[in-house]
Amino acid sequence: MSKNTSLFQKDLMQEALKQSFVKLNPKIMFRNPVMFTVEIGTAVMFFVCLWILAGEQSQGSFAYNFIVFLVLLLTLLFANFAEAIAEARGKAQADSLRKTREETPAKKMTAIGKFHADDIQIVPSSQLKKGDLFFCEAGDTIPMDGEIVEGLATIDESAITGESAPVIREAGGDKSSVTGGTKVLSDRITVQVNTAQGESFLDKMIALVEGASRQKTPNEIALTILLAGFTLVFVIVTVTLKPFADYANTPITIAAFISLFVCLIPTTIGGLLSAIGIAGMDRALRANVITKSGKAVETAGDIDVLLLDKTGTITIGNRKATNFYPANGIDEKHFIKCVVLSSMSDETPEGKSIIELAGINPVNYQILIPIFIKFTAETRSSGVDFENTRIRKGASDSIKKLSEKAGNVFPTETEERVKLISSNGGTPLVVSENEKVIGVIELQDIIKTGISERFERLRKMGIKTVMVTGDNPLTAKFIAEKAGVDDFIAEAKPEDKMNYIKKEQAEGRLVAMMGDGTNDAPALAQADVGVAMNSGTQAAKEAGNMVDLDNDPTKLIEIVEIGKQLLMTRGTLTTFSIANDVAKYFAIIPALFIVAIPALQGLNIMHLHSPESAILSAVIFNAIIIPLLIPLALKGVAYKPIGASALLRRNLLIYGLGGVIVPFIGIKAIDLLVSIFI
Amino acid sequence: MNTEILGVILMFATVVALAIPLGRYIGKVFNYENTWFDSIFNPLDQLFFKLGGINPTKEMNWKQHLVALLIINVVWFVLAMLVLTNMSWLPLNPDQNPSMSADLAFNTSVSFVTNTNLQHYSGESGISYFGQLILMLWQFISAGTGIAICAVVFVAMKERTADTLGNFYSFFVRSCTRILLPISLVVATLLAFNGMPMTFEGKDTITTLQGDTVQVSRGPIAAFVAIKHLGTNGGGFFGANSAHPLENPSYFTNIVEMVTQMIIPIAMIFALGFVIKRRKLSWMIFGVMTIGFLLLTIPTIISEMEGNPAIANMGIAQNMGSMEGKEVRFGSTASAYWSIATTVISTGSINSMHDSFTPLSGMNQMLAMMVNAFYGGCGVGMLNFYIYIILAVFISGLMVGRTPEFLGKKVEAKEMKIAMIIALLHPFLILVGTTLATSLPNLTAASLSNPGFHGFSQILYEFTSSSANNGSGFEGLGDNTPFWNIACGLVMLLGRYLPIIGPVAIAGILAGKKYIPESNGTLKTDTPTFGLMVFAVIAIIAALAFFPALTLGPIAEYFSMPK
Repeated sequence: MSKNTSLFQKDLMQEALKQSFVKLNPKIMFRNPVMFTVEIGTAVMFFVCLWILAGEQSQGSFAYNFIVFLVLLLTLLFANFAEAIAEARGKAQADSLRKTREETPAKKMTAIGKFHADDIQIVPSSQLKKGDLFFCEAGDTIPMDGEIVEGLATIDESAITGESAPVIREAGGDKSSVTGGTKVLSDRITVQVNTAQGESFLDKMIALVEGASRQKTPNEIALTILLAGFTLVFVIVTVTLKPFADYANTPITIAAFISLFVCLIPTTIGGLLSAIGIAGMDRALRANVITKSGKAVETAGDIDVLLLDKTGTITIGNRKATNFYPANGIDEKHFIKCVVLSSMSDETPEGKSIIELAGINPVNYQILIPIFIKFTAETRSSGVDFENTRIRKGASDSIKKLSEKAGNVFPTETEERVKLISSNGGTPLVVSENEKVIGVIELQDIIKTGISERFERLRKMGIKTVMVTGDNPLTAKFIAEKAGVDDFIAEAKPEDKMNYIKKEQAEGRLVAMMGDGTNDAPALAQADVGVAMNSGTQAAKEAGNMVDLDNDPTKLIEIVEIGKQLLMTRGTLTTFSIANDVAKYFAIIPALFIVAIPALQGLNIMHLHSPESAILSAVIFNAIIIPLLIPLALKGVAYKPIGASALLRRNLLIYGLGGVIVPFIGIKAIDLLVSIFI
Repeated sequence: MNTEILGVILMFATVVALAIPLGRYIGKVFNYENTWFDSIFNPLDQLFFKLGGINPTKEMNWKQHLVALLIINVVWFVLAMLVLTNMSWLPLNPDQNPSMSADLAFNTSVSFVTNTNLQHYSGESGISYFGQLILMLWQFISAGTGIAICAVVFVAMKERTADTLGNFYSFFVRSCTRILLPISLVVATLLAFNGMPMTFEGKDTITTLQGDTVQVSRGPIAAFVAIKHLGTNGGGFFGANSAHPLENPSYFTNIVEMVTQMIIPIAMIFALGFVIKRRKLSWMIFGVMTIGFLLLTIPTIISEMEGNPAIANMGIAQNMGSMEGKEVRFGSTASAYWSIATTVISTGSINSMHDSFTPLSGMNQMLAMMVNAFYGGCGVGMLNFYIYIILAVFISGLMVGRTPEFLGKKVEAKEMKIAMIIALLHPFLILVGTTLATSLPNLTAASLSNPGFHGFSQILYEFTSSSANNGSGFEGLGDNTPFWNIACGLVMLLGRYLPIIGPVAIAGILAGKKYIPESNGTLKTDTPTFGLMVFAVIAIIAALAFFPALTLGPIAEYFSMPK
């Protein structure tokens, strides 16, 4: 999947251009109060042009009025284009995801009674209904989203995630979901369809981006009210100016009134507002996150607390052995031998890492008829028996019990070592040979490189990070400090997460979390932003309001930034748009009155050529600033985690002060150009 | 340095120096903390509550507060109407002044009820002493109303979630008895001992040096003038207001009146900091308001000190600056300072004729009322500023990438709707009112003393003053006609109550919302950066809405003057 489509691709442009005209339909336009008033103004100018053609003399030349009409029409088209190109980009992105949903043959299974083999039928994927069962074997493309009810398979999900390494999905666990369009590489699974046609998360997301079911988000509604308010102010200003001008015996042309009005109302932000919203969701989609509503993206920007699982987010996968500490009087070589033997059948990542650290292939030790003792929750140890030797490794208290039962003393230096390892965030594994303690293995969590910088970034955004782990409090505390998280939940049970979220919410904070298991579902539902991993269970995906196709636990950080960017882009462009009015006033107001009141030349601080050129320059600037800002609207204003006050200062300087200065330069430059022609 | 400028600086420094401790005291009054006036006022308050059958501890939500406010105002409005239309036969009328016509009584009652104190009558001949006393009572009630409702908003801004915000009657009585009454007593005493009459006797007759006999009006002026300024009312005892020698006899009384009118609006800013325990926020607000005030004051003082270029062109020296319409005992600097102070704050009393100021000074006076929140009226100035804060919070909240929040409460669509309506209202009333007056020349043309740009300024000023509940006038306007009485009356009513209802509604809704603790990503509202943002919002809203109208009035007049 192409992640970096350029902003303006040719086919997207064509579609957007077409849509720009379609969207001129007043019924569609009505949704955007600011641009709707521009459309009314454009229509009025159209009739003024006709009126002049019919012989009216008082409104100036036909050419001038017609140009004003054209520029206003362009303003509308530019605004429509902004929305259309955002939609087209989103749609293109969605289409590439939807390609994975093309018709695929499905091996549908129908149970015919208890004692018969299931009936198998090959049907097109579009005929699968919710609750249907199908199976896939190596080489099959999974026809629809569903949950594995039986079996285990390696699956290539690169069509969705872009990640080429295959993943394992199996029934019963927290990784039981499969996605339509992915490919089974080995084994066989039976899958139950869990969404109806057209109702999968992806379908919902596509609808959101395409604008069909796009609901305005709360902040967008409030901003629309603000913009409508500003528009109304200028309706009052423009309408009342007519009697004022009559009173002062200064006739003003309709073109001048409408230009004044259109220039003053916040057309820049009004024209780009919906494009910004769509682009925000598109950015989420590009980050491979499917959101169920635009509101969720916006809420992400407000998050105060982030719950992160330790494993996979803060630390790399699993713990690794980092040191061997033989007890006093035990030969290190002998200790390593015992350690390696005890781990040779241990398939856990920890076990493998022990052999890796020792650097010895257990096959080198020629031992006879080894009997492997599996780890159980009761003994909390595992090991190997061969000849007359019994080697065990396990949690220190269980080995202690074992050795003391046999009458051996638990060495004090081992005891101390165990404490030391624990307090350093490691996990000690004590090893015994024939119930006699011979040393300790240190397992350590490996903290991801760069993760503490990310937490620092979050802290500057004002977000509190909370690590969730099954470790004991001592270990958890150490890792929390080392990684730089603000708080941790140790020995976490699912209800602990839930309680933590509720507690923070009761204090007024917004909480985001990521999860995959069915256990996580209540907490995902409770959280303000719940991101379920795509590999997670259906329950988890239903409960959250976003799904991450990449199953990347650090994605939350990205989502928060996307949310903030969305709000910031709206805020800064609003500021820019309103700040522009200052310069426009100095262009248009003198132009309105200068003929009747020549003294007002003093207000023409830009020394614009003539009243007509001043008005044209202002409306032209007003129109072309929209397409110039489309790239910014689509990409979003960059978020810098420098604290709210510094960020405000920065954005005020760039978009506020810039918004005051830029149009002075722009209008003057356009005036120089325009004055060549008139 | 020029002593006139030193005088102005002294006046401003005195106000700030007194306003900070007064703010702390007001904060205590509304936090129900102990003050040394308690032993006097507790029994007095209890007496009022007993007489009125009011339970002062009954908690009210924001709607109940507004209902209580409107009830108090309506009852006294009716009473004022009755007195004004019947005072010719009522007692305390030694000068045999007539009753008012219905439309004039309506305008006058509305004017005093709304703290505007626009006067379409002249005190000497248009009202009896009984009428003056009723108006004096009103100056207490309207100021007390403003302070009390502002206290409600302060309480709503506290760091918690609450539906009830104290008791309005209790806030109202406390405002009148513990704040307005004691300061008025002190000020009235100061004024009475400095040449201001305080009597119920009728006109005095004196013989001038030329040998003519002159009738001189007098009355209970010292008491009237004290609350007139303290409550930012501004309704003059005489037609000439504080330019009248008996209403403002000397430079010293001028200082006292000046300090008195600014003290409560500035003290309210600091009271906010004490009530909600955020003194930095108070300083931010004070900073923004003061910068706005100075930006209007300094050019006005310079412009008036330089004199009128039209007069200069006639070859007349203007050593004292532009003195047309100004009193020699105050001079051009103190008059210019007063003219901005009285328009920035909603007092509207005058010590010089605003009509005679140079065009740009006239524009600054109008801008002061168009913003109506650089200090502003008693209590209501803070309410107006609150709306600007909400708008600034919204835009800057978005700019830092969070749903906007103010003092831990999220500002959402409903609050924006109310804030926008209130922000729209002021331009709407002023511009539409002016439109009416300019399009109905058969009703208004005869009342203008100047045609052209200046005449337009007179109309614009009148509606700006009404909508801002200021009450000062560009005195060239002959405004006692049914058109002006009714139009301005309606504008005053809308311009008073809606801008009270709006902020109280927003504050009430926000108070009921969940409190979000501050984090690093929260926009801090007590910083200079945010202050700049608020200032920009005020400047842009005021400038954008009124620039075209001002261009056709004072700006065109300025550019048309011979240089």
